[in-house]
Amino acid sequence: METNERVIDVTDLRRVYGGSYEAVRGVTFSVARGELFALLGTNGAGKTSTVELLEGLAVPAGGRVRVLGHDPYTERDLVRPRVGVMLQEGGFPSELTVAEAVRMWGGCTSGARPAGEALELVGLERRSRVRVKQLSGGEKRRLDLALALLGRPEVLFLDEPTTGLDAEGRRATWNLVRELRAEGTTVLLTTHYLEEAEELADRLAILHEGRIAAEGRVDEVVAAQPSHISFELPDGYFPGDLPPLAELGVSGHETDGRTIRLRTDELQRAATGLLLWARDARVELRGLDVRSASLEEAFLRIAQDARTETRAGTQNRDEVAAR
Amino acid sequence: MSAVVTDRTKPAATAGTTAAGRMRALARAELTLIGRSKGTLFTAVFVPLVLPFSVRSSIDSMDLKGTGLTVGSVLLPSAIGFSLLFAVYSALVGVYAARREELVLKRLRTGELRDGEILAGAAVPSVSIGLAQSLVLVAACTAFLDVGAPQAPYYAVLGLLLGLVMWPALAAVTASFSRSVESAQVAAMPLLLLSMLGSGTVVPLQVMPDRLASVCELLPLTPVITLVRGGWTGDLSAHGALGAVATAVAWTVLAVFAVRRWFRWEPRR
Repeated sequence: METNERVIDVTDLRRVYGGSYEAVRGVTFSVARGELFALLGTNGAGKTSTVELLEGLAVPAGGRVRVLGHDPYTERDLVRPRVGVMLQEGGFPSELTVAEAVRMWGGCTSGARPAGEALELVGLERRSRVRVKQLSGGEKRRLDLALALLGRPEVLFLDEPTTGLDAEGRRATWNLVRELRAEGTTVLLTTHYLEEAEELADRLAILHEGRIAAEGRVDEVVAAQPSHISFELPDGYFPGDLPPLAELGVSGHETDGRTIRLRTDELQRAATGLLLWARDARVELRGLDVRSASLEEAFLRIAQDARTETRAGTQNRDEVAAR
Repeated sequence: MSAVVTDRTKPAATAGTTAAGRMRALARAELTLIGRSKGTLFTAVFVPLVLPFSVRSSIDSMDLKGTGLTVGSVLLPSAIGFSLLFAVYSALVGVYAARREELVLKRLRTGELRDGEILAGAAVPSVSIGLAQSLVLVAACTAFLDVGAPQAPYYAVLGLLLGLVMWPALAAVTASFSRSVESAQVAAMPLLLLSMLGSGTVVPLQVMPDRLASVCELLPLTPVITLVRGGWTGDLSAHGALGAVATAVAWTVLAVFAVRRWFRWEPRR
C-alpha cells in the first residue's frame, strides 16, 4: 500500500504569507516509513513554514500534503494521535512543574507513556518537581522532546531539536533519535547544524528560498560537490608554472592573492600530481589544505549558486576553467 | 525522583483521548496555575466578594420607590455581575494572554486538542470559580439581605448560564487585542468599566433616564443582570426576557465569530 510506503508525501507545496510573500514555492518530497529525513536551509529558507504545513497547523496555498495517507489539516483526528511534534519554539506554563506539564500533555495524548518513562528518555527524571521556569534552555528543549515522544508517535517532527543544547545534551538527543528510528519511527528533522544532518539523516533536502536546491542521501549530495586543494604559491612562481591542471584532474581554480584553490572530483589524483610537482621543484606549499567535499561545503555552495542564479548571471564567477 | 520513576510499573494507556478528557487535563493544569498566581487569585476570588459591600451604601441612598426594587434585588444581580467581570472575564483575559505569550497555545495546537477545546479547557477553572462564587453570593444575599426566594428562578439560571458562556468568549476576544500580559489587563478595562457603569451593576437601569437605559440594555452584561434580577423579582415580562436572551446570544455569537476569525495563537513578532 502506498500509504505504508510513503509516510510523508508532499507534492508541489506552496505557502503564502500576507497574500504576497511566497515562503514555500513548490516543494516536493516524500519520506518512507522508518526513514529519517532532514530539511536543511539557511534562515528564511522555508523550513519551518514547510514543517508547519506537514504538522497540520496551516492550510497550504497550493499543492498537497499527506501524512500517514491523510491530509493533516482536514483529517487531523486521524493524523494527530499518531504524530509527535517538537516546535522550534513552543512553551509550557512556566509555573507548572515538569511533572505537571507532562501530566497535562499526557491527558491530551492518546496512549501516553507514563510521565516517569518519558522524562527518563530525555534524562529529566531528576527534574520532575522543578518549575518549568527554572529549567535551562537545554532542559526546556528536552522537556519539549519528551512531550513529543509521549504518545509513542509513528511520525516525529523535530524542528531544530538541539538548538541551545550543550555538546553532551546534543549527543544524548542524537542517540535517542537513532534509537527511535531503529524502532521504526519516521522522523522529519529540520536543523541548521549540518553535522546533525550528517550524523542522523538517511536522506536530506536543502531548501533555499522556498525551493529544494538539492536532495538525496548525504553521500549523494556530497558527492555532487567537488573536493578542494588550496595552498600558497611559492615565491617567484606564477600559476602558469604549475603543471597542466586538467591533467591532474582539476576542474577549476580560483586565485586570491597568492593563494590558489583548486576544485577536483578526483582528489587523490590531483593531490598526488601536485605534491610530486612540488617535490621535483623543491618548493614548499605553505598553507596546504586538502579537503574532501563535505556537507558543509555542499550547503554553502548550493546557497551561493542559488544566490548567483537569482542575480541573473550578471556577475561572472571568479573561477577560470582549467584548460 | 523515585516517586516518578515507579510510574513505569503502571500499564501504559492505549485508548484514544476524548474532548472531555483533554479539556479536563488542561483545566487541571490551569487550576494549579491559578492557585500559584496570587494576583489572579485575589482578583478572582476576593474582589467579587468584597465589591458588593462597597456598593451597598450607594444602593441604600438610592430612591428605589416606584421601581419595585429592594436593596437585595439590586445587590444580588450586581454581585453576580462582579463575579462574571472579575472572576471570569478579567481573569481569563490574563490567562489567554499569558498562555499565548509563553507559547503554550502554539504548543497545544500541535497536539490532539482542537482550538475550541484549548480555549474552553483553559476557561473551566475560572468559570467554575465564577459559578461557585455566584452560588455563595446568592446564599449570602438570601441570608443577610432578606431577598427571599426567586419568583422566576429559571430566568436567573438562564441569565447566569448565558453569562458563563458569553464572558469567556469576550475574554478571548479582548486578549487578542493585547501584546503582553500587562497590556491585556489594560485591554480589559474598557468593557469592565462600561459594564460596571452601564449594565445595572452599580446603578439599576430602572433609575436611569429612558434613552440612556435603552442604550445600556444592549451592553453584554445587561441581559445577565436583567434576567437574574427578573428571576428574583418575578416582574420580568416574557417579552423583556426574550429581548435579554437575544442580546446575550447575539454577543456570544459575535464573540465566538471574532475569536474564530481573529484570535491570535502566538505572540506578535
